[in-house]
Amino acid sequence: MAEYLLEMEKITKEFPGVIALSDVTFRVKEGEIHALVGENGAGKSTLMNVLSGVLPYGSYTGQIIFKGAECRFRNIRDSEAAGIAIIHQELALSPYMTIAENIFLGNERASNGVINWDETNREAVKLMKKVGLNEKHTTQTRNIGVGKQQLVEIAKALSKNCELLILDEPTAALNDEDSGHLLNLLQTLNKEHGMTCILISHKIHEVIRIAHSITILRDGKTIGTLDNTERVSEGRIIKDMVGRELTDRFPKHIPKIDGIGFEIKNWVVHDPLDEERVVIEDVSMYFRKGEIVGLAGLMGAGRTELAMSVFGRAYGKRISGTLIKDGKELTLRNIGQAIASGIAYVTEDRKTAGLVHIHDIKRNITLANLKAIARHYIINEDEEIVVGKDYKERLDIKAVSVFQRAGNLSGGNQQKVVLSKWIFANPDVLILDEPTRGIDVGAKYEIYKIILQLASAGKCIILISSELPEILGLTDRLYIMNEGRVVGEMITAEATQESIMTTIIRSSAG
Amino acid sequence: MNGIKEFMDRNMRQYGMIIALIVIIVFFGVVTGGKLIWPRNIGMLVRQNAYVLILAIGMMLCILTGGNIDLSVGSLVALVSAMSGLMTTILGLPSWLAIIISVMTGLLAGMWQGFWIAFVKVPPFITTLAGMLVFRGLNNMILDGKTLPLSGLYITIGTGSVPDIAPNTVPDFLGIGDLLQLQNKPEFLNATMLVAGLLLSAVYVLYAIFNRKSKQLRGYEVPPLRVVVGKTAAFFIVINLFSYWLAMDDGLPIMLILLAALYAIYTFIATKTIPGRHLYAMGGNIKAAELSGVNTRKMMFFVYANMGFLAGIAAVVTAGRSMSSSPNVGVNFELDAIGACFIGSASAYGGIGTIWGAVVGAFIMGVMNNGMSMIGFDVFLQSVAKGLVVLLAVAFDMYSKSKSRLS
Repeated sequence: MAEYLLEMEKITKEFPGVIALSDVTFRVKEGEIHALVGENGAGKSTLMNVLSGVLPYGSYTGQIIFKGAECRFRNIRDSEAAGIAIIHQELALSPYMTIAENIFLGNERASNGVINWDETNREAVKLMKKVGLNEKHTTQTRNIGVGKQQLVEIAKALSKNCELLILDEPTAALNDEDSGHLLNLLQTLNKEHGMTCILISHKIHEVIRIAHSITILRDGKTIGTLDNTERVSEGRIIKDMVGRELTDRFPKHIPKIDGIGFEIKNWVVHDPLDEERVVIEDVSMYFRKGEIVGLAGLMGAGRTELAMSVFGRAYGKRISGTLIKDGKELTLRNIGQAIASGIAYVTEDRKTAGLVHIHDIKRNITLANLKAIARHYIINEDEEIVVGKDYKERLDIKAVSVFQRAGNLSGGNQQKVVLSKWIFANPDVLILDEPTRGIDVGAKYEIYKIILQLASAGKCIILISSELPEILGLTDRLYIMNEGRVVGEMITAEATQESIMTTIIRSSAG
Repeated sequence: MNGIKEFMDRNMRQYGMIIALIVIIVFFGVVTGGKLIWPRNIGMLVRQNAYVLILAIGMMLCILTGGNIDLSVGSLVALVSAMSGLMTTILGLPSWLAIIISVMTGLLAGMWQGFWIAFVKVPPFITTLAGMLVFRGLNNMILDGKTLPLSGLYITIGTGSVPDIAPNTVPDFLGIGDLLQLQNKPEFLNATMLVAGLLLSAVYVLYAIFNRKSKQLRGYEVPPLRVVVGKTAAFFIVINLFSYWLAMDDGLPIMLILLAALYAIYTFIATKTIPGRHLYAMGGNIKAAELSGVNTRKMMFFVYANMGFLAGIAAVVTAGRSMSSSPNVGVNFELDAIGACFIGSASAYGGIGTIWGAVVGAFIMGVMNNGMSMIGFDVFLQSVAKGLVVLLAVAFDMYSKSKSRLS
């Protein structure tokens, strides 16, 4: 089997409290497009971080063999020098630099430390042609779209003479046209230049379209590698990815729905940076107590913006419209007032906005409702420990103690801390924005249980999720949003993924 | 014992700092031939470095918000000092009124800076750099380059001690005077100081006992008994030894009461109150804090207003000690205060640091200032040494943090 370009053997990687990869084997043949699929938290990114040296040799166990030789990468530079280039989901371009400068950033065409601009520009133009990027090389990257930025990243990888190109969710942020273009480019590079690619993607149909082999990871383990020359079925891959039938993914729940608890009427929000631009356009919604209402839509549909603007104007300028809670009109000028009025918002951006990572679990839990453990503004720290322990137990947060730093927990447990914080704030209306993003399958199930319990306790639950199965599996009713407007409302029992997508696409066309 | 280990882990940073302070005291104690720890010098050390401690407390709050610093405090001390001169010598106001107006001037200047930082969003570095120039300039405009003498309450605060309640009654019963072979041994000890030390430590011991008991009664978690006993005993001994030392000199400095009060008040605010908690939260992650309902603008405003207030107090103390209001007072004070905070384990990114740390850091700064002067280092060499100590302290902190992350 000398045809393998890359062999990763028995890779195991542990983070505090979680085994991210367990005995993973992953082999890529020379000259193929190899797709790596799996749910969020299955270990794809961790595996690629091991491969590219982001997680250095010694922090994992197992062996990496590239081009027949064992590799011990200490950092990204090492792996790049060996010929491995990785393009991350979050693009790493410098916005105020030109395309040409970005392509050669960190790899400057220079002699004796002095940049040779003529060569830089000439080479950049060549590379841009190769990846089909129709822009001037002197354009600043902030002025081109995400799809084109992706091409700049690929050009950058090519400039380093890479032999193995890894793309992590390259089409996640792209529209269909740009995605198609990118996938064609990959096929061209593969066929004409013999470039070996690893493609990480959630979009199964894309994977089936272009990959030669497909490796499936689940819960940090290799489930298997499929030969895709005969085009395997989507169902087969999903079954391997999920490992159980879709019906088991959500806990059983009998909704107890009461009267209307919260209403948004004629809500209009403008962009904080460009006050002329309308982000939310005349949105009206109602939410009943005990009901879980989903907000479905594509990225950029305005769901997060709607939620944050309702949450004490945490987003947006020139906001107008009415909020009615328990029949009374609310005026919320800041987040503190929103929390005091019984509204909570669990951010989609857990890493940067959900937790104070350097503080311990208990402090994070009490942060939004310190008044509950204080008298005359003086905090009872003993009571805080009691509260922390109570939530640690109730939500089954896996940690040594409530004194452990929140930053050291796994994604699922961090999310449980965030949820604890908002449950402790005792809201009547709980807005959950992508509550299971980046969380492994087991922890997801637990979070679903918590959400359902909160609904049973009579709270209005608003669930924003990009995963349609999650919306279909959890909610009682759903609103479909597109381009800042409500374009549909459905009883979940009567909705399907297709009917939701059709509604979105029709609204864009009309 | 698991409990003790956990407690030690949680309070590692604090013990590290105290050990550093002890090492520095022992070092300078030895190289000055014991002179550093002579009672006379200890009293002087406290008075001489009070300004660092007061400014470091305020600076710690600024740093906690997110690694922000206040460069203007040295110049603000100068401005407030000039105001003191203006009020008393030129306008002839009584010194108590002048002190109130002076401190209010500091507060107003702090509010001015807080306004630009919190509401106009000018970065603190720029705002306080501007303040540094403006306040120094105002000092020179007011004083016209002259030095004015101060009197009255200023002198009392700057140099005075609480009167002895029972003079010439308590002898040097531990015989420390002979032990240290002091040049002019005191015949009797200052009774006020001894009583104050005893009272304070007794109150602390009682508090520690009752606090633990009541926590146990209400079913809260308590630290292991051995830890509590050890800590309380150490506190008792240190406080009484310290007061014995000062009692051998001229007793309880009024300035020490002020420092103790400030320390107690700010520790309470930082650790026990909601605003204090909000401060730590915003320094740890400003976005998360905002989404949890923390009004970060208001916090910024109050933190910088408070810094001005404390700079006002530091100015009164400094002016009182030098008995004058002069154009070049307060130069580099901001750097001493910032240095003290970082020596005291503040995180340069905010969210980590304690008032206690600022105080210990200030003492380390003070002992170094004092010790190096005693062994005859010139100012420039002192500056080099202090700079290196700040650098090493932060480097050590970074190193130990990277260690703890791996484990």
